[in-house]
Amino acid sequence: MTLNPNSVYGRIISELHGGEKLRSCLQCGMCGGSCPSGPDMDHTPRKLFAMIAAGQDDEVLRSNTFWYCVSCYLCTVRCPQEIPITDIMYHLKHQAIQAGLYTTDAVDFSETFIGHVENYGRAFEFGLATQFYLAHHPLGGLKMGPMALAMLSRGRLNLRPTRIKAVRQLRNILNKAKEIGARG
Amino acid sequence: MKYAYYPGCSAESSASAYDATSQMVAAALGLELEEIKDWNCCGATEYFSIDSLPAYALVARNLALAGRQGTSEVIAPCSACYVNLKKVDERMGDYPQLNSDVNEALAAGNLSYTPGSVRARHLLDVICNEVGCDAVSEKVVRPLAGLTLVPYYGCYIGRPEGGFDDVENPQTLDRLLKGLGATVPDYSLKSSCCGGHMTQIGTEVALGILRGLIDLAAKLGADAMVVACPMCQLNLDVYQNQLNSHFGTTYRMPIVYFTQMMALALGMEAAELKFEEGLVPAGPMLEKWQAAEASPQPRKKKSKKALPMPEPLDGGDSG
Ligand code: SF4
Ligand code: SF4
Repeated sequence: MTLNPNSVYGRIISELHGGEKLRSCLQCGMCGGSCPSGPDMDHTPRKLFAMIAAGQDDEVLRSNTFWYCVSCYLCTVRCPQEIPITDIMYHLKHQAIQAGLYTTDAVDFSETFIGHVENYGRAFEFGLATQFYLAHHPLGGLKMGPMALAMLSRGRLNLRPTRIKAVRQLRNILNKAKEIGARG
Repeated sequence: MKYAYYPGCSAESSASAYDATSQMVAAALGLELEEIKDWNCCGATEYFSIDSLPAYALVARNLALAGRQGTSEVIAPCSACYVNLKKVDERMGDYPQLNSDVNEALAAGNLSYTPGSVRARHLLDVICNEVGCDAVSEKVVRPLAGLTLVPYYGCYIGRPEGGFDDVENPQTLDRLLKGLGATVPDYSLKSSCCGGHMTQIGTEVALGILRGLIDLAAKLGADAMVVACPMCQLNLDVYQNQLNSHFGTTYRMPIVYFTQMMALALGMEAAELKFEEGLVPAGPMLEKWQAAEASPQPRKKKSKKALPMPEPLDGGDSG
């Protein structure tokens, strides 16, 4: 079978290190059965892999499966074919964002997080919580209020981010990496 | 041996108790930790989902800096940081193209990294497998007798693959806690996931996962759950109240770091170990321990299984 290199399947195989192992999926279901988020996913990982092989790209990229993946690697260590499932979940998020096909707040969560890392070199928990909740769950944010206060009063939230000294060096590295990634 | 130390972002805020007690315990065991100068965030579980090459480069900068400080092993107390450092090092070794891409990116910051030159170690691994659980238990001055502690490893110890402990049934923390004198029940959810970032993006899913974890620990009579990862601590501790109001439960399960419990057993003062940072108070657990310590159990009676002493033949008094 020749694969369309731009299909979801084709891109996993060509862009992801170890992605070619997906070809050997047995549809055994060990991954879905092991997944802590499985019951809340619209398709189990196993089913998603069948859909990927069948070329149902649109439906695949609109699925919540990979957004509900918590990167616990249980499927990966249990898969009899040693398919790097967790990495495939990461890659699917990446593809869904590029295609603009996502139906979740998780993207903004990740992007806010990354924004802090790129600007400060460190994660910024307080900023992440406030920015993310203000944008998405103003009411949920209120519910979070007492929790945030409790953490603040115990010295567990910094109100200001920490910035590393070599932020410029870090940005140069990340920009270069993005450039290389784009040409890949 | 000298190790590079990678505290991770949570050390500066939500997990400062873990950072502080990790350093105290390391010093007490003679492990020399040298913080990686100007380290950056490892990207947690977020960066890899958006863009993979920058995510690799982000982590590789820390490995490069550790190498430049002349260390060949880096200790991370956070399981997520540990997994990221280890994964990037191993993937760069496995995939030459990735290695050259990452190094091309690092070169833009005048850095370079040779895969395999800095090995990532979890703090728990170094303590149990380099120092050794037996050596630790020899240093115990105030055993944790009277406490039932449930070891919760979370998902990253032993995963993704080739970790330092079994992927399904890890034992390191069990052994360590037993060596400290605690009672350690078999906890079948020990390596289940804590829900990771789902507490923030899909709270319902996460609360269900957390409830299962705490419920089983409570049924096993745990005085506390002992963790080795800031994410596990945060989810189980900070969301416990919300979980109680969501499900109408009344759990009050303290979630403590293994380094806090080690420090206690090694004789450090509880007041200095930041137990008060937990949202669920650890006070009752500490009081129970102190009470057990104040009224030590009578010396172990001879096991009932032992053979009965033979009666002297003459039946007379033997003095
Ligand atoms: S566990 Fe592996 S082989 Fe089995 S269905 Fe999942 S991906 Fe396929
Ligand atoms: S890594 Fe993701 S897909 Fe795999 S079992 Fe864990 S949550 Fe499920």
